[in-house]
Amino acid sequence: MEELEVEGLRGFWQSRRSYVKAVDGVTFKVYKNEIVGIVGESGCGKSTLAKLLIGLVEPPLQYIDGKVLIEGIDLYKLPEKKRRRINGEVISYVPQGAMNALNPTKRIIDLITDIVKEHNNKYPKEQIYKDATKNFEEVGLSSDVLNMYPFELSGGMKQRAVIGISVMLNPKILVVDEPTSALDVSSQKVILKLLWKLKEERGMSMVFITHDIATVRQISSRIIVMYAGKIVEIGKTEDVIYNPLHPYTKMLMSAVVSLETEIRKRKIEGIPGAPPDLSNPPTGCRFAPRCPYAASMCEKEPPLIDVDGDKKVACWRVIK
Amino acid sequence: MLLKVENLIKIYESGFLRRKQIKAVDNISFTVKDGEIVSLVGESGSGKTTTMKMILRLIKPTSGTILFNERDIYTIPKKEYWRSVQAIFQDPFSSFNPTPFYKVDRILKLPFKLLDKMPKSEMEKRIKESLINVGLNPSDILGKYPHELSGGQMQRILIARCLIVGPKIVLADEPTSMIDASTRAIVLNLLRKLKDNGMSIIFVTHDVSQAFYISDRMLVMYRGQIVDEGPVEEVVYNPKHEYTKRLMKDVPKLYERFEDLK
Repeated sequence: MEELEVEGLRGFWQSRRSYVKAVDGVTFKVYKNEIVGIVGESGCGKSTLAKLLIGLVEPPLQYIDGKVLIEGIDLYKLPEKKRRRINGEVISYVPQGAMNALNPTKRIIDLITDIVKEHNNKYPKEQIYKDATKNFEEVGLSSDVLNMYPFELSGGMKQRAVIGISVMLNPKILVVDEPTSALDVSSQKVILKLLWKLKEERGMSMVFITHDIATVRQISSRIIVMYAGKIVEIGKTEDVIYNPLHPYTKMLMSAVVSLETEIRKRKIEGIPGAPPDLSNPPTGCRFAPRCPYAASMCEKEPPLIDVDGDKKVACWRVIK
Repeated sequence: MLLKVENLIKIYESGFLRRKQIKAVDNISFTVKDGEIVSLVGESGSGKTTTMKMILRLIKPTSGTILFNERDIYTIPKKEYWRSVQAIFQDPFSSFNPTPFYKVDRILKLPFKLLDKMPKSEMEKRIKESLINVGLNPSDILGKYPHELSGGQMQRILIARCLIVGPKIVLADEPTSMIDASTRAIVLNLLRKLKDNGMSIIFVTHDVSQAFYISDRMLVMYRGQIVDEGPVEEVVYNPKHEYTKRLMKDVPKLYERFEDLK
């Protein structure tokens, strides 16, 4: 059963003269109790997608059209007030750079109280404290942390605190945006273990956004590869890693540094050039300007099409 | 021996009445040979950056000596020293002056103060050459403001700046942690190229896989001490110290899944 269903979702950033098409027609599903990874370079629209998924749409970001079905309820058909309630209770968000997500002038517990009161004004204060302690223990923090200010915590602890806060209201879906990028490898593993535990014990589904493929492959069952606001490949984690079909995915894989000897010998390669300017994206295949295999057929936009079973690719070379 | 660090100790003190001491670097010694990439690996707070800053003469060690070409670095005039030792820092976004008064050109012109006087045309030629060397098109870069550039571009400009000076040693303090994987590959390959041109690099990182990819020797730091050192393959495949063993297990691999995630 699918917990989260996204259909033709589009969200643009408005600038003075034009729209930056950061998410331009994205369709995918997240099943119950599943972790889906979203990978891509910086500037591919990953974080914008996260914001759209939870309905955190504030100018200059604009929702254009498409559906986000959370347990069958269309998020963007709901009135603003209801949407805010869903955000946190059903779907929750762990923002990028947890370091800066906490209010530096507030104790952690005060921040939690604010959030919980926003959703349920009658929640007694002792109960909040009790629940917060329980949640924080689950993420591996002692209850003393609740009475601390953010500057007293290390990076890994802050990240854990933010995850602890985001699961306060028992959401069913968690959207985590680059939770491991600013941490060292040992803290990274702690976070991965923690997310895995939440998935197993609470039966949560997750959307895990990152540019670090070696991290996401540890935890996700499927991987979505995004490029310039569009999905270029979806597939089972193993399939995408061992047998990438889209040229972009292939190049992304060859840029990964990892502890394996083959990689040290092979010499990694970056992708030359940069993602296109999304206020004026190339017509047709958006990767074509950087693609070594680009041909005349790439002037038309390739659809995201099923290839053998569970895999979807948007590339004319593969489709034909 | 190009650089020799002996019994280096740095103690940070804080507090006014009740003094608190933190031993950031605790009696470390190591050497760097000509044309070698040595990486310094360890978790946050293990003293990597403090070591770097001491070698760069930004902070004074509490005790211990740093020898550059057999000379104590504090006896070498600063200008001369920095002509041989240059650094690339972690955060490209804060390495540039973000105010809109300064173009990127400025940071590329500043290193000429370290060098002997030369005509303007020669300066411009050198700047262009170094930009091409790091894979940037000079016309894309010169005359722009920092906010118009991407993180990867900025980091490469900083490497180009290093090339203008032409140092013997480049201290690279987490140069790739703020940029995404595909640009990271470009920067790492660039550092390898510097090595081929005969420069030594001290590469500081918490990411063991990056260190594994580019370096010849690896030093593992933990709580201010060097707990493991040797040729890269030896440290990665046969770690001796408990901490190194744990660290190697924590590194996410592309073709392998963690077994103990549950």
